[in-house]
Amino acid sequence: MVRYLSKKITIYLVTFVVAVTLNWVIPRLVPGDPITSLLARFSGLEGGREILQSYFVQTFGLNQSLWSQYLGFWRSLFMGDLGLSITRFPAPVMDIIKNAIVYDFVILLPSIVLSWIVGNKFGAVSGVNKKADNLMMPVFYFLTSSPYFWFALVVSYIFGIVLGIFPISHAYSATLSPGWNWTFLSDFLMHWFMPFITMFLVQLGGWAIGMRNMIIYETNTNYSKYMESLGASKKLIRNYGFRNGVLPQVTGLAVSLGTIISGGVLTQVVFAYPGLGYTMVQAIKQSDYFLIQGCFLFLIMMVLAANFIVDIVYMMIDPRVRHSYSEEA
Amino acid sequence: MKNRIALMLVVVLLVSSGASVLAAERHETLIVGGGPWNPATNWNPLYPQRTSATIGLVYETLFGYNPETNVYKPWLAENGEWISDTVYQVDLRTEAYWSDGEALTAADVVFTYELARDNQLPYTPIWRQLEEVKEISTTRVQFVFSDPSYQEWQIELYTRPIIPQHIWSQIAGDQLLVVANDNPVGSGPYKAGVGGSDRIVWDRDDNWWANDVFGQPQPKQVVEMIIPENNVALGMMMQRTLDLSNYFIPGIPAIKNAFGLSTWFDDAPHMLQANTAVLYLNNQRAPMDDVTFRHALAYAVNPEIIAERVFEYMVPASDPTGLFGGWMAYHDPDVAQEYGFGYNPEFAQQLLDEAGYIDADGDGWRDLPDGKAMSFDIIVPAGWTDWMESIRIIADNFRAIGINASPAFPDQSVYENRMYTGDFDMLINNYGANVSGSPFTYWNWIANHNIHREQVTEGNFGRYDNQELFDLIVEFNKVLPMTAESLAIASQIQRILLEDMPAIPFWQNGMWSTTQSEWWTNWPSEHSPVGYPSTWGGYWQMGGVDMLINLRSTK
Repeated sequence: MVRYLSKKITIYLVTFVVAVTLNWVIPRLVPGDPITSLLARFSGLEGGREILQSYFVQTFGLNQSLWSQYLGFWRSLFMGDLGLSITRFPAPVMDIIKNAIVYDFVILLPSIVLSWIVGNKFGAVSGVNKKADNLMMPVFYFLTSSPYFWFALVVSYIFGIVLGIFPISHAYSATLSPGWNWTFLSDFLMHWFMPFITMFLVQLGGWAIGMRNMIIYETNTNYSKYMESLGASKKLIRNYGFRNGVLPQVTGLAVSLGTIISGGVLTQVVFAYPGLGYTMVQAIKQSDYFLIQGCFLFLIMMVLAANFIVDIVYMMIDPRVRHSYSEEA
Repeated sequence: MKNRIALMLVVVLLVSSGASVLAAERHETLIVGGGPWNPATNWNPLYPQRTSATIGLVYETLFGYNPETNVYKPWLAENGEWISDTVYQVDLRTEAYWSDGEALTAADVVFTYELARDNQLPYTPIWRQLEEVKEISTTRVQFVFSDPSYQEWQIELYTRPIIPQHIWSQIAGDQLLVVANDNPVGSGPYKAGVGGSDRIVWDRDDNWWANDVFGQPQPKQVVEMIIPENNVALGMMMQRTLDLSNYFIPGIPAIKNAFGLSTWFDDAPHMLQANTAVLYLNNQRAPMDDVTFRHALAYAVNPEIIAERVFEYMVPASDPTGLFGGWMAYHDPDVAQEYGFGYNPEFAQQLLDEAGYIDADGDGWRDLPDGKAMSFDIIVPAGWTDWMESIRIIADNFRAIGINASPAFPDQSVYENRMYTGDFDMLINNYGANVSGSPFTYWNWIANHNIHREQVTEGNFGRYDNQELFDLIVEFNKVLPMTAESLAIASQIQRILLEDMPAIPFWQNGMWSTTQSEWWTNWPSEHSPVGYPSTWGGYWQMGGVDMLINLRSTK
């Protein structure tokens, strides 16, 4: 157990350092610098631009050597300081992310968990029921092959524009302020629904197809046939098949988390939903080094944390992993 | 269950972040989009990248300026005039006071300017021409100049926010640009409200000093929504959750009637003009250093096609001088007639043939007079779809007369870097061509003198070098506006620009503005040209606040 965890944690730490370093380096390789682009549209007295330029270069330490900027970055990171945003000066990057990430959680968390559970259930039914299979499979293939932003546009068009049921953008109505009241909550839910259902449905197809194939495979294995010959009920066999089939699905979840989160970014842009996605797209466009770093740092941490949770879960549900580590120890 | 927990979580977080429970009525709320791209984080009037509506809604300027009527509207000032060649005198309105109740006096105006003399602020360079700002009485200020730039001063009058001395004198010099000023005390009709990650909120100050002078703005709340894509803005207009869109939305002329949307003009060109889009030619590279070649390019392009296909006649093709709006006061029609250009590909080919730009190697493309092949990239930032389409048409036009040109779309930061460092053949830009109170801003941008350095950021990106023209532009700035002398200099500037053609103005970008009247009516338009339908940064004091005063709720 301890060995398993310490091995995993080491891998995660290395991944973290490499990923964070890459995301520090890459924006700085792009030609141009954030201060010049911040002031690109400066209009005012001649000479004003130079004053601001030198002020900002100094403030953000961009006149220091890259090495000292890099070391400074890690130093601050250990103290939980992500610096100030350039484009949203003087807001601390941490505050911007804190305000935005709430919206990522309310969309991503339920859509990932629910689509995984519901997708696996549907897939299991599809795997044993020929009729349901013929009916559902084309739908699942359609869903899983839909790009997130495209599907978001379709959902937005149908539910928002044509049927006019849901508002097409933002987290809540312009006339409301967040508060503990039903008016706000229901309004929030109405705005939440379309980005959620987009994320939910596109993911759903993949899980269902995966589980359906696993069930068909498992029900044809020797242990299933042996159980059948012993007279075990179909339901019992199916349940054992499901338990085995779930394992690769858990791994699959870990593998696809990156794709899901980047799909979330695009979905947010389509619905003008104010999560990290929009913040990040804007930061990249304006080469706001510090905000890009902060956003990616959180995305990396989200992916790694989710992977870690999946690893733990995997260990708990797959006795082989658990035993292999404890036996060696 | 899980999403309910998550939802509870969000509510807890939102509530704990200090948001209040308050719902404004829809018919009292004006919802706009197109100004800001980021949520509000800075309300500092000294910092140019602050939340854009801070100037106009919270802090006010001495004058307002309406670019459509070319009229300066006394705002904090009751009047202002040059009482001698070097002294500009301002009388303030006696009614004005700050939102905390303190009187707004001449001392505040003097303080605003002296702050820039004693510290390094973006408007510190005003002291290159200013000698002293004198408080004559509580409402009278005199600006004493050593070397006045009259044209720039006109712009200064409606762009410099006056700030309260009793607050800003408490802030240390090195903090002036750092403070976020999140509870701004200004003199304007609105206060900063509680916004969010996707919106900026402004609450009306019912005690605004000018309620009886200009009238009270009608919306109790102005909400600026942050909208990443223009199709979302269109959808919101259709759902009536957005009252005014300042986004460029393709297709508006075709659909506006069907969806009950309005623009400034009922028919083409639909939109007001906001700036001139200019094709910069890199004058440091052959053959763009040849004036004949530059002329041939000007004649080769059909801007009408751009206006039609890209902008659906929402904007017109540009005048050959690049001037429009209030700048037309300085327009010299004789010069434009004599030296102007228009679409004439045959003439362009003739110019090229005569200058020796012929297809020497028979590959179908014209070559340099010495026989070397030539090819060009025209660049605009990736994702700027209207410009991307425009340079495709321009490149087609060039290829039609045998010039091997192709469009390219680098990322915006790369585009800007190449523009500033002179690493391009041709590009479209408009950063300094925005509507203003003086054509000086346009000329000083298109032919800026500050080109002998590594990064050229003030304009003249093609690094066209003509000291005579540079001197004329400076001279224009330094003679009194709208005098015979200034008009004569303006004519010369227009003539040289057309003769030398360092950069080519092709079309006007619009002051994109689409409105719907479900909740608010009386929008500024050609039928009722009161105010200016823009929420872009810098435009609130250019008729934006007048628009708020004149709107009428439908309820």
